[in-house]
Amino acid sequence: MTELAQLLEDYEPVIGLEVHVQLATRSKIFSSSATAFGAPPNSLTDPVVMGMPGALPVFNRTVLEHALKLGVATSSQIRAKSRFARKHYFYPDLPKGYQISQFDEPLCENGHLDLILNGAVKRVKLQRIHLEEDAGKNTHVGAVSHVDLNRAGIPLVEVVTAPEITSSEEAAEFMRSLHRLVRWLEISEADMEKGQLRCDANVSVRLRGEDRLGTRTELKNINSFKFVQNAIDHEIARQLRLIDSGGRVERETRLWDAVAGQSASMRSKEEVNDYRYFPDPDLPPLVVDGATMATVLRTLPELPVPRFERYQKLLGVSADDARTLVGDRALADYFDAAVKAHPGEGGRTIANWMLTELLGALNAANQDISQSAMPPERLAALVVLVETGVISGKIGKEIFEESYRTGEEPAAIVERRGVQQISDEAMLWSIVDRIVGANPRQAQEFQSGKDGLFGFFVGQVMKETQGRANPVITTDLLHKRLGR
Amino acid sequence: MPTLTRKEVEEIALLARLHLESEEVEAMQGELGAILEHFSGIASVDTTDVVPMTHAVPMDLPLRNDVVLPSLPTDEALRGTPKRDGDLIVVPAILPGGPE
Repeated sequence: MTELAQLLEDYEPVIGLEVHVQLATRSKIFSSSATAFGAPPNSLTDPVVMGMPGALPVFNRTVLEHALKLGVATSSQIRAKSRFARKHYFYPDLPKGYQISQFDEPLCENGHLDLILNGAVKRVKLQRIHLEEDAGKNTHVGAVSHVDLNRAGIPLVEVVTAPEITSSEEAAEFMRSLHRLVRWLEISEADMEKGQLRCDANVSVRLRGEDRLGTRTELKNINSFKFVQNAIDHEIARQLRLIDSGGRVERETRLWDAVAGQSASMRSKEEVNDYRYFPDPDLPPLVVDGATMATVLRTLPELPVPRFERYQKLLGVSADDARTLVGDRALADYFDAAVKAHPGEGGRTIANWMLTELLGALNAANQDISQSAMPPERLAALVVLVETGVISGKIGKEIFEESYRTGEEPAAIVERRGVQQISDEAMLWSIVDRIVGANPRQAQEFQSGKDGLFGFFVGQVMKETQGRANPVITTDLLHKRLGR
Repeated sequence: MPTLTRKEVEEIALLARLHLESEEVEAMQGELGAILEHFSGIASVDTTDVVPMTHAVPMDLPLRNDVVLPSLPTDEALRGTPKRDGDLIVVPAILPGGPE
């Protein structure tokens, strides 16, 4: 049997994703029942959700606004007039016998989502983003299944990528980027444990250089970033081994079992569904008017990837730090506020303080940035004290800790504790001179090449000055005094 | 003069979850065939420059504000349910996953 790595040199994987995102609305897409998670079973239904004869759907305006935000944020073409269609299948979680979805005239088409992959921006094309209603939830218990229709009618967008993702790593990063974007836009909580972001993957392999796509399988039920990567890796390996042993990939749907770490066939092509789509006669065309579009454009925040680039190019932040900062909108907003409060160009330093001291304090308390006890302006003020040499970086960390704990202004703490940095050369020289004189053995060993002892002298100066000696000047003076 | 094969009728019946006896399949071949024939007459009209019409009344989709109203009481919602387990609807076992 050929090694997998060898096969991957000859074959390339081709992956397309279909991601369902629940939109954060109070009421359902076509009726006024609440969308709350965790309510008692079948307590959030109404005649529309239950598919009662004669009940008519009425579309929720907020669903349109949320979907438009995603459409604009992904540079999609927005259809001025889109249409709802019925997708027919029989399943206990779907009382009407059809799901209201969009088919040949979706709201958004031909957009793209930018990922930050290995420090660079990678663009993934989106074929479409369309609106639909969620189905109820089935739970399987032995010989029967239980149905809870609370989820039925919760608004969804389905985001469909072009088949051009080439690795499981990229697929997982796509999921993370989409997760970040919908939260950034405040259109979805995207809590994967609550099924608010769900992913199906179409996976195929083909000989490198081949234009035609290979036969694909559809993987369902891959609802965590880790599962996306594991399930796709597993499927790529399965297909390559199958081809290598002379077999052929069959068009089928496979269900990922995260516990077993493998997939099993669920439906073969013989049973491929015929959904019999047709325009829903209950729902006239969805028209996007100018006023709605203007509101969406006016309220759209600066997006994560443009910020990632701005932080590097204009503020000198490293790619790693910039990526962390844009991982969460509240974090990025905090950073921007701190940069704004800083009189100079403090981006790089503020990023350092934020990502080490501030996140450290927050993590220790198991809090997120929105619960920060230190406002961005105060962090900027502390950074300025360090940058202008009023205090050393080491003292700065102590001041941070105290200020974070007590809420006192950094400058006031510095004043009260008298911990201003000593940058007076004459004063430092007298200390350096005394310390070197008092440690002749160490001085001699350093002079004869024992480099590690330099730290001993720095430490002594710091001990003498309670950490207040300016480290740059101290280093300089010690070299002078020690003669190397 | 049926235009539908037996297999086609059986597939349509399956999609509609209808059970047809053998002689009913034959009857449907004829009846559905006649309907299809009627549509083929409509399909022969030249519609090159005609925008497809999906609604008889020219109107835009009415929009509703995102406001929650009381749901059906659970007992009311489940009144027509043949079998319940607490507040859950009980149905014969189905394969996990299902179509989406």
